[in-house]
Amino acid sequence: MTPSVTTTSNLEYKGAASISGPIIVVENVQNVGYDELAYIKTQNGEIRLGKVIQIMPKAVAVQVFEGTNGLSSTEIYTRFLCRPLEIPVSTDMLGRVMNSFGEPIDGYPCFFVDEKRDINGYPLNPISREYPREFIQTGISGIDCLTSLVRGQKLPVFSGPGLSHNELAAQIVRQAKIRTGDDFNIIFIAMGLKNDEAAFFKKSFEETGTIKNVAMFLNLADDPPVERIITPRAGLTLAEYLAYEQDRHVLVVMTDMTNYCEALREVSSSMEEVPSRKGYPGYMYSDLASIYERAGRIHGKKGSITQMPILTMPNDDITHPIPDLTGYITEGQVVLSRALEKQGIYPPINITTSLSRLMKDGIGKGSTREDHDNVSSQLYAAYAQYNAAKSLVTIIGEEGLGNRDKDYLHFGEYFEQHLIKQEHTENRSIEETLQIAWDALSLLATEELTAIKPEYIEKYYNKKSNPTGN
Amino acid sequence: MVGKVCRVAGPVIEAIGMTDIVMHEIVQVGEAGLIGEVIRLSGDKATIQVYQNTTGLKLNDLVTGTGSPLSVELGPGLLGRVFDGIARPLETLQELTGAFIKPVQGVTSLSRDKKWAFVPKVKTGDTVLGGDVIGTVQETALVEHRVLVPYNISGTITSVVPKGNYTVIDVIVTITESNGKKTDIQMLQKWPVRIPRPHKKRLSVFTPLITGQRVIDTFFPLAKGGSAAIPGPFGAGKTVTQQQLAKWSDANVIIYVGCGERGNEMVDVLDSFPKLTDPTTGHPLMERTILIANTSNMPVSAREASIYTGIALAEYYRDMGYAVALMADSTSRWAEALRELSGRLEEMPAEEGFPSYLPSRLAEFYERTGVVEALGSDKRVGSICAVGAVSPPGGDFSEPVTQHTKRFTSVFWALDSELANARHYPSINWMDSYSGYVGDLAEWWHQTVDKEWANCREEAMRILEAEDELKNIVKLVGPEALPGKQRLILETARIIRVAILQQNALNAVDTYCSPNKQFKMLKIVLDFHHLADNVINKGLPITKITALPVIEEIMRIKTNITNDNLTMIDDIDKRMREHFETLELNMR
Repeated sequence: MTPSVTTTSNLEYKGAASISGPIIVVENVQNVGYDELAYIKTQNGEIRLGKVIQIMPKAVAVQVFEGTNGLSSTEIYTRFLCRPLEIPVSTDMLGRVMNSFGEPIDGYPCFFVDEKRDINGYPLNPISREYPREFIQTGISGIDCLTSLVRGQKLPVFSGPGLSHNELAAQIVRQAKIRTGDDFNIIFIAMGLKNDEAAFFKKSFEETGTIKNVAMFLNLADDPPVERIITPRAGLTLAEYLAYEQDRHVLVVMTDMTNYCEALREVSSSMEEVPSRKGYPGYMYSDLASIYERAGRIHGKKGSITQMPILTMPNDDITHPIPDLTGYITEGQVVLSRALEKQGIYPPINITTSLSRLMKDGIGKGSTREDHDNVSSQLYAAYAQYNAAKSLVTIIGEEGLGNRDKDYLHFGEYFEQHLIKQEHTENRSIEETLQIAWDALSLLATEELTAIKPEYIEKYYNKKSNPTGN
Repeated sequence: MVGKVCRVAGPVIEAIGMTDIVMHEIVQVGEAGLIGEVIRLSGDKATIQVYQNTTGLKLNDLVTGTGSPLSVELGPGLLGRVFDGIARPLETLQELTGAFIKPVQGVTSLSRDKKWAFVPKVKTGDTVLGGDVIGTVQETALVEHRVLVPYNISGTITSVVPKGNYTVIDVIVTITESNGKKTDIQMLQKWPVRIPRPHKKRLSVFTPLITGQRVIDTFFPLAKGGSAAIPGPFGAGKTVTQQQLAKWSDANVIIYVGCGERGNEMVDVLDSFPKLTDPTTGHPLMERTILIANTSNMPVSAREASIYTGIALAEYYRDMGYAVALMADSTSRWAEALRELSGRLEEMPAEEGFPSYLPSRLAEFYERTGVVEALGSDKRVGSICAVGAVSPPGGDFSEPVTQHTKRFTSVFWALDSELANARHYPSINWMDSYSGYVGDLAEWWHQTVDKEWANCREEAMRILEAEDELKNIVKLVGPEALPGKQRLILETARIIRVAILQQNALNAVDTYCSPNKQFKMLKIVLDFHHLADNVINKGLPITKITALPVIEEIMRIKTNITNDNLTMIDDIDKRMREHFETLELNMR
C-alpha cells in the first residue's frame, strides 16, 4: 500500500460513545470522510474493519463488518484510513477461495495483486452500455427455449427453501457456454450460505474441472451478517476488473440474496432508520440496484458481466419485498415451483411466471434458430391453455372436455415431462430443445398455432405425432 | 453564503452557517463541487440533498450557495440528446470520465460553441409581449425551434441580428421596456424545474393522441393534453408499452424519462430510437425526442429531480405551440426516491413509509399537463400529455402510488400479469381499464374516420363484458353446455381479444395500426358477429360457424395487411358475407 500523505490516518481515537448492533459511535473525530474505511483495534489486539456510515456534528457512526461482539466502549482504538474500502483484484484469484475482503482463505499463499479497487465502483453511464444480445446456451431446455439468457444480462432464480436451486445453479455453471465456444470465468458469491451448501458447490466445480475458472467469495451462515453487505460488492469489483480490463466473459452467481437483504435490514434497524415494507429499509431498491446494475457490457470492450442471483422467496411468496424489488431491477426471472418439484420434475421451472426480457434480441436466425421466437410464444400461450383446461378438469372431469381442451392436456403433460424435465447431467443443445418443443406442439392441431408463421409450421410440425391427424 | 458540512447521511447532508440561503437553492458542496439542493432550513442550518455520490465528504467541508434554484437550460440543442436526471448530457459525461460516471464539475446542458442558423421574425421597432416568437431555428429536420420572449418582458425591439449562425449565448435581440430598461435576449434561457411555466389560458382536450395501439386508441384513448397511468407488476409489459407510445404516438415532441429503471432497458431505447424513422418525413424519430436516463444505480436525488426536469422541458416545447408527450418510467421509482429522502430526513411517514406529501407532489406533476394557449399575441396552442408507469409492489393496485396516481389521471391502463403470463400483449386488462376522454374524442373519430366509431366501440365493449360474466358459468359447466347465442358471444369475444386487443410490438406490420385500419378491423369483427347471430337465430349450430376459415383470416389481418392496403379487409368482408349466405342456403 502506498504511504498515506495525510497525518490523520495515524490518529487513533480511544473508546466509543455508544455501541449498538453492528454500529459504534466515535466522538470528536476530525477530517473523516463519508464512506471511509476504519480499523478498530479491540482490547485484545484484534483488528476489525469498519466503514463510516454517518457523519454527525460531533461524532461519526462506524459500521463494523465483523460485528461488535466483545467490543468494550472504553478499550477500543479506532483509526480512519482516508479511503473507502478497497479489495485486491487479480487474475490469479480465479481458482481461489476468498473472504469478503478478497483475502484468500483456502490455506494457500496470497496471490499476486494486480491492483486495489474501491468495492462500490461507479455507476455505468447508460450511453456507454452495449445492448446484450449474445445467446448463452445453458443446456437446460426450460431456460434456453423459454427464458433465454444473454451475455450481460442479470437473470435471477426465484426459488423457495428446500427447492433444487443449488443443483440448477451448479448445472448452469458447468454447462453455460456461448455457441462460438468461449469459456466463462465464474465468480461465485456466497452470502450466508450453509457450510454444506458451500461444500456442494465446491465439489461440483472440482469434479468437472471448472474450479480453475471459478473465484469463490464466501460469507457463510456463521460469518458476521454485516460482512454480507460487502461480499457481493467485492465479487463484482473483481468481475468488473476481469471483464473490462482483462477482456474476460464473467458469469457471476450470487446466492442467497435473501440473506443479503436480511443483513441490510439488520443494519438499518440498528441505525434506527424509518423502515418501509416488512421492516426493510426504504433504500433497499437503490441498494439492490447498485449490485444488479453492475451486470452489462460496455461499448468497445470485449468482456461482459452476466449475473445469476439466486434468492429464496420467504414462504414462496413472490410479492415479498425481496423478490418483488429484485424483479423490478433484473431483466426477467426464472421461477422454481414447489408443485413441479413434488411431481419429481427437475428443474422445476414454472414458466408461467418466468420471463427473460432480453430474450427477443438474443434468439432467432443467426444465433439460435429462425422459429425460436414463434415457438416460445406459442409454448407460453399453449401452456396457459393447458392450465385453464386442467382447472376445468378438477370441476367437470376429463370426460366433460372438448377435443380441443383434451389436446391441450396432452400437450401440457408432454411439455412438463419431456421439455422441462431433464437429468442433472443432461446438456441439451438448442436444436435438441427445439425439437422436443415441436414434438410437444405437434400434439395440437395446426390451427391452434396462431403465433407461428405458416412456413415454420410447414417445416417443423411433426405430422405423425398428432393423434387427430391434422 | 458559505456554510460548513455538519452531518452526512447518504445523499442527505446538513450544513451550518447558511445565512443568506433560500429554499430549493442549488449549492456546491466540498472540494469536488458536488451539486446539491436545499430542501429544509432551520435557523442557519440547511438540509441539502446531493445529486452525486457523497463518498469522501467531510465535516466542515465548505458549502457555497449559487443563488439560483435547480434549473434547466432551454434553447436549441435539446432534441436528440440524452441527459441524466439533472439535465447533464450523458455524452459529455462520457467524454470527461469514461464509461463510468465519476464526480465532475461545470457540465452544461447546451453547448456554448455550436452555432445555429437563426432566422429573425421581428424587426427593430416592433412591439413584443412575453411569449412572442422573435425568431426560429431549424433544430432538427422534424422540429422548428421557436425562440420566445421571456414571459416577464415586453417592450420595443431596439436591435436584432440579421439572419445567420449564432451560438446560444450570442445576443440576438435587445428589447427596451416601457420603463427604459434594456434587456439582451439570448437563445439560451433558464427555467427553475419545480415551477410550472406560465401560459395564457387552459383549453379543453379535443384531439386524440394516436398511438397506433388498438387497445389504446380504440378502447381506452388518450387525448393530447391528457394524463394516463399504466400500473402493472413486473413483467407485465409496462416498459414495452411506454416505448411503443414513444415510438409511434403522433406528438410533435416526445420526452422519455427513464426514472430509476434498468440500464440495459435504457440502452434498448438508445439503440432503437435512432433507427426508427418518422412515417411521414423519413427522418429518425430521435430528432423529435429527448431522453432523460437516470437508471436505478445513479444517485437517488437526481432520480427525484428527473421527473421535474422532464416536465419543464415539455412545457418549453409546449409554449412553442407543439403537442408534447411525456413518458415517465416509472413514477413508482420516483415516489420511492421521495420515500428514501424523506426517511433520511427522519420525517414522519404516512402510508407504507411514503411521506404524507406524496399525493400533493403527484398532483403537482400531473397538473402540469393540459392543452393551453401559450403566452404571446399569436394564439399558439400547445399541449402536454403525460403517461406515468406505476410499478406497484407485488402487483397490488391498492398501494399508495397507484391509488393516488389514479386520483390525478384520467386514463387508467391496468396491466395484468395473468394476461402477460399467457403472452397476451399489450396486457392491458379491458375490464379494469378506463378512459375519461371517450366522449371528448368521439367527435374527432366521427369526423376523421367513421361516424359509427362510438357505437362500434360500445358494442365491442358490451361483448367483452358479456364474456366476462359468462366466463364464471363456463368455469362451472364448461362451454359445451351453453346455448348457441352465448357461445357466439364467447367466440366473438375471443376474436376481439386475439385479433384486436393483442398486438405484437415486434412484428413489423402489427407494431403500428392506423386509425382507419383499427376501425375496419373492429367493424369486420362486429359484422361477423351480426351475420353469425342471424344464422344462429335461424337454428344453425355454432360449430358450423366456429369452423369457418374466415375466422383465421380475420385473426391474421393484423399481421398480414399493411396500413396502406385496407381494401383487402373489404375483400375479406365480402368473402365472409358469401360464406354466411352459403351457410344459410344450405340450411334450407
